[in-house]
Amino acid sequence: MRGLLACATLARRAAASSAPARVRHLAGAAEAAEAELKRTALYDFHVAHGGKMVPFAGWSMPIQYRDSIMDSTVNCRANGSLFDVAHMCGLSLKGRGAIPFLESLVVADVAALRDGTGTLTVFTNEQGGAIDDSVIAKVTDHHIYLVVNAGCRDKDLAHIEAHMEAFNKKGGDVKWHIHDDRSLLALQGPLAAPTLQLLTKEDLSKMYFSDFKMIDINGYACFLTRTGYTGEDGFEISVPSENAVDLAEAILERSEGKVRLTGLGARDSLRLEAGLCLYGNDMEQHITPVEAGLSWAIGKRRRAEGGFLGADVILKQLQEGPKIRRVGMVTQGPPARSHSELVSGSGERIGEVTSGGFSPCLKKNIAMGYVKSGMHKAGTELKVVVRGKSYDAVVTKMPFVPTKYYKPS
Amino acid sequence: MPKDLKYADSHEWVKVEGDSATVGITDYAQRALGELVYVELPEVGISVSQGKTFAALESVKAASDTYSPVSGEVVEVNEKLSDLPGLVNTSPYEKGWLIKVKLSNSGELNSLMDDDKYSKFCEGNH
Repeated sequence: MRGLLACATLARRAAASSAPARVRHLAGAAEAAEAELKRTALYDFHVAHGGKMVPFAGWSMPIQYRDSIMDSTVNCRANGSLFDVAHMCGLSLKGRGAIPFLESLVVADVAALRDGTGTLTVFTNEQGGAIDDSVIAKVTDHHIYLVVNAGCRDKDLAHIEAHMEAFNKKGGDVKWHIHDDRSLLALQGPLAAPTLQLLTKEDLSKMYFSDFKMIDINGYACFLTRTGYTGEDGFEISVPSENAVDLAEAILERSEGKVRLTGLGARDSLRLEAGLCLYGNDMEQHITPVEAGLSWAIGKRRRAEGGFLGADVILKQLQEGPKIRRVGMVTQGPPARSHSELVSGSGERIGEVTSGGFSPCLKKNIAMGYVKSGMHKAGTELKVVVRGKSYDAVVTKMPFVPTKYYKPS
Repeated sequence: MPKDLKYADSHEWVKVEGDSATVGITDYAQRALGELVYVELPEVGISVSQGKTFAALESVKAASDTYSPVSGEVVEVNEKLSDLPGLVNTSPYEKGWLIKVKLSNSGELNSLMDDDKYSKFCEGNH
C-alpha cells in the first residue's frame, strides 16, 4: 500500500480526546512521543490549514482537515484531492546493472517496460512473501525510479542495500540515490489533470496511466508519475522539498478551491473502495503476491524464468492455486474492520478481514480479507463476526468503486 | 451545553428525572468521532454499570466504546438510531439520545460533573 498503515489505529488516536480520563495518564507520554515524530516539508502548511496531525509510521501526518473524512472522500471522486505523501520514500537505482539487480528483488518484468513507464510491483522475501509493494518507473535502461511505503522504509532500504552490496561484489554495476531532498505530493481526481496542465507546458493528455516524466511544473524540476492509490486519474509529483509548499498552494489556487487538501483518513477509504492493498493490513511478509490477488503483476517472462526471491513458492502457487485468497466483501450491521473473523454458514472459520469500513461513496460497509480458496467466488455468502455477533457478508468483485485510470482508448 | 445535565469524564451526559435517567454522548464527543454510520445499543432489560461499556458507536474510520455514566436497568433504547445514526451528530442532547435507564444508585450522580465543570474539563483536554 501507498502511504497508509493501520489507518484505523490513527483514527482511534485522533478520537482519543473522547477517551475516558483513566486513559489520560498516557497523554504526557503521547505528547513526548509526538515531539520525536518526523515532519514533512508541508507540516506547518497542514497545521495552518486546519490539519489534524497524528502519528503515522514515525511521522506526524494529517489524518483530516476541516472537512469530514466522509466529505473529503466524496470530493476526491467528484473534484479532486491533494495529499502529502512525502513520508513515503523515493529513490533511484542507476547503473548498467540496475534492471537485472531490481529484477532479482521484485516480481515485475522491468526490462519489458518502455522508457518512461512504470508499474506496481512487489518486493519478495525468500519464502515468496511480500516485503513491500512499490511503484517503479523505468526512466532509462540504466535508471529506475521507485517509491516505497513509509512504514517499510527502513527494512526496504536495508534489504536493497544488502543485496546491492552482494550484487556489486560479483561485478555488477548499480548504485542508489535516496531522494530525501524531495517531497512527494499526490494529486488525485477528475480535476487533477486539468489543474496540473495549467502549471506546466508539457502536454499531459499524452501522458497515460503509469507513465513517468521529468518535467518542469510551476518552475520546479519535478518527477511526475501518472498514478495514485485512489482508483482515480491523477499524479504523484516529486518536487524539491524547498518548493513543496509553493507547489501545493499553486495547485489549490489553480483549481479554484475545488481540489481540497485531503488527509490519510480519506485516502484509506479511497484505496479500500478501489480494492487496493494496504501493506501491513492486506499484505504482509507471510502473504504472497498470488494470495493477495496480484498475479497480474508477475510478468510473463518472470513466470517462465523466476529469478526473484521466493520464486519457487510463487511459481508453484501460480500452477496449483494458492490455499487462501484476498477477496472483497459487502457486509451488514456494523462495519467489519481489520481482524474480524469470517465464518461459513455452518460456523467453520474460513478467514479474516484485513481492511474494512463504511464506504463514503457507496454508503455501505465494504471489507477486504482472506478466505480459504473455494470460498472466494463472487456471490459466496459468509458471516462476519463483530463484537461476538454474526452478520451477513457476501464476496464481491473489486474494485468496489470503478477505477478511472487515464489510458489510451 | 445544557445546564440540567450531568457529565462524565468519558464524555457521556445523563439527564435525571426521578429514578429515570436518559443517557447520550456530548457534542464534544460527537465532534471527535465524526459522522456516525452505525450505533450498537444494548437490549432492554440488561443492566449497565457506571464506568462500564454499554454501546459501540461506529464512524467511517473507527469503532468507539461508550461508557455508562450511571448504573441501573435499561428500560428503553433509541430505535431511530438504527436507521439514522447521524442523529447523534446532529442532535446529541435531544434526538440523538442513546438509552434510558432505571437508576439503581442515585448517589453515583455525585461523581459526575455539572455543565460548568465539564466545560472547563473539555478546555483542558485540547
